[in-house]
Amino acid sequence: MAETHSLQELQTPPASSKIFIQRDYGSGTICRFHTKLPSELESRVDKQQFEETMQTLNNLYAEAEKLGGRSYLEGCLACLTAYTVFLCLETHYEKVLKKISRYIKDQNEKIYAPRGILFTDPIERGLRVVEVTIFEDRSIGSGR
Amino acid sequence: MHLGVSESMRECEYSQISTRSSTPMETPYKKRTPKKRKWESFPGRNKFYCNGRIMMAKQTGVFYLTLVLILATCGLFFTFDCPFLALQLTPVIPVIGGVLFLFVLGTLLRTSFSDPGVLPRATPDEAADLERQIDVANGGTGYRPPPRTKEVEINGQTVKLKYCFTCKIFRPPRASHCSLCDNCVERFDHHCPWVGNCVGRRNYRFFYMFILSLSFLTIFIFAFVITHIILRSHRSGFLTALKESPVVVCFFSVWSIVGLSGFHTYLISSNQTTNEDIKGSWSSKRGKDNYNPYSYGNIFTNCCAALCGPLPPSLIDRRGFIQSDAPQLAPPTNGITMYGATQSQQSHMCDQDQCIQSTKFVLQAPVILTASTENGGILAGRTALSLGGPCTSLPLGQPTPPTSTPSLSCHEDPMAHHHFLTPEEVPSPPGMLPCGSPMGHSHTVQAGFYNPASQDSLHEDSVRGLVKLSSV
Repeated sequence: MAETHSLQELQTPPASSKIFIQRDYGSGTICRFHTKLPSELESRVDKQQFEETMQTLNNLYAEAEKLGGRSYLEGCLACLTAYTVFLCLETHYEKVLKKISRYIKDQNEKIYAPRGILFTDPIERGLRVVEVTIFEDRSIGSGR
Repeated sequence: MHLGVSESMRECEYSQISTRSSTPMETPYKKRTPKKRKWESFPGRNKFYCNGRIMMAKQTGVFYLTLVLILATCGLFFTFDCPFLALQLTPVIPVIGGVLFLFVLGTLLRTSFSDPGVLPRATPDEAADLERQIDVANGGTGYRPPPRTKEVEINGQTVKLKYCFTCKIFRPPRASHCSLCDNCVERFDHHCPWVGNCVGRRNYRFFYMFILSLSFLTIFIFAFVITHIILRSHRSGFLTALKESPVVVCFFSVWSIVGLSGFHTYLISSNQTTNEDIKGSWSSKRGKDNYNPYSYGNIFTNCCAALCGPLPPSLIDRRGFIQSDAPQLAPPTNGITMYGATQSQQSHMCDQDQCIQSTKFVLQAPVILTASTENGGILAGRTALSLGGPCTSLPLGQPTPPTSTPSLSCHEDPMAHHHFLTPEEVPSPPGMLPCGSPMGHSHTVQAGFYNPASQDSLHEDSVRGLVKLSSV
């Protein structure tokens, strides 16, 4: 019986499940995600930590989409140059998206990967969802 | 049983996928297939040029007409009127005309060639997750309920988010599905045949600048053509002068373009889209408390937001390469989605894939029986997933699955699994079937699985045989 179980586990590929944190449209069309900790993660992640991560993400997206002096200046400059300026320069939004990518990578490495969790950058899902992959390490064999 | 399996292996060149190679990810199949860019398997009805840099709608005939009209009118103006006006009045006229003309062209091309704000379709995992949530909300009846909506409160107004069956997402507020391009577009304004593209969040400002500058250009040309006629008629007569001027085209286009500019100026100042205006979404006629929740309150801020706000990047990565994801198993999902999707996947599977899958099914049968506890439809999906993970993850849930990707990704997983499943292990699986719950499901499981995957009775018998052995 023990032999059977170990064989079974060897043959079972490492399982992972995905949960999706949807967009929060309560403040309009700006990019915001729900910050509530999903039930599937309750056993793995500290609620405070998760909310902090999500809130930071939301703040970064808000920064990208902020209407202020900087974005107006950028818009006017672009208009004056018949929008050719963006062929050479990076927009503010793109710069913030890169910042977000780095932040997510950092959070994954430091906090979530050791707990078997992986956050996917929302830009890879069209800013629709934050995809969280939960790895359940069941296999004891050589894996893949 | 084994003979049958090895025969199918030979037929499908299964032996080419070698277990001897140290890196499972490198398969001969992957090396042979050239890397494709994502635009090549884009599910919408768009045309792409310059290796994905340019994106337009399918019907571009009217766009070329627009180009021809602008070029012809300006060409005539510069050829016949400008020399006269430059000499008689000032050379600044052709210069201003030239600048306006270039601006018009630039904004037109920018509007036509850029991504209007297309929302990429949901990945199969997302779609499955949403379906599951909807099913739970509906009490798990299993049949497709009437149009799915979600209500959200934005700035005090209740907005209904509709579910898009094509893209398998709940559309964000102000997004709409363009039936011509078959895409959901953010802040959808309208589909403009004159520019050959949808007008949405990312190209609305270019569109507005285009029609505004075109209005100025047409008024400019019209005015100076009239001036030219008047000046000439002092010399040669009105009718002769008229013959020599391209006034007719200008005359008709001025009113329509100026009218359109005026309309869009109103829309921008009230932060509405053409779509919303036509439907009267925020009209006070609908109710006393009906107001536009997206408006910033004053005209100046609305204009600035629409024209000078930050430009979001394209959400569809057109020029990225299609990655064959690492085999990841999606959790078992709603039978409806998976079953239907497995069917469509079936039609796209090559014979090789079928052979591999059915072979692996035989070898993994007891594992599958233990793995799933839901109905047959789900099992079908689950099995397909466990056998060829990436294979199914891409085409599922999309009406026009990318045909290239299954061949790319399908062959990775057999490599991964082949490590476990050597011929020596085959006799042991029957012993693996744990007694208990899976047995009760085994009958439905078998019946469910066979419909999509394989009609080969040999395989059916082999599985039954394995199951019988295990019950001993």
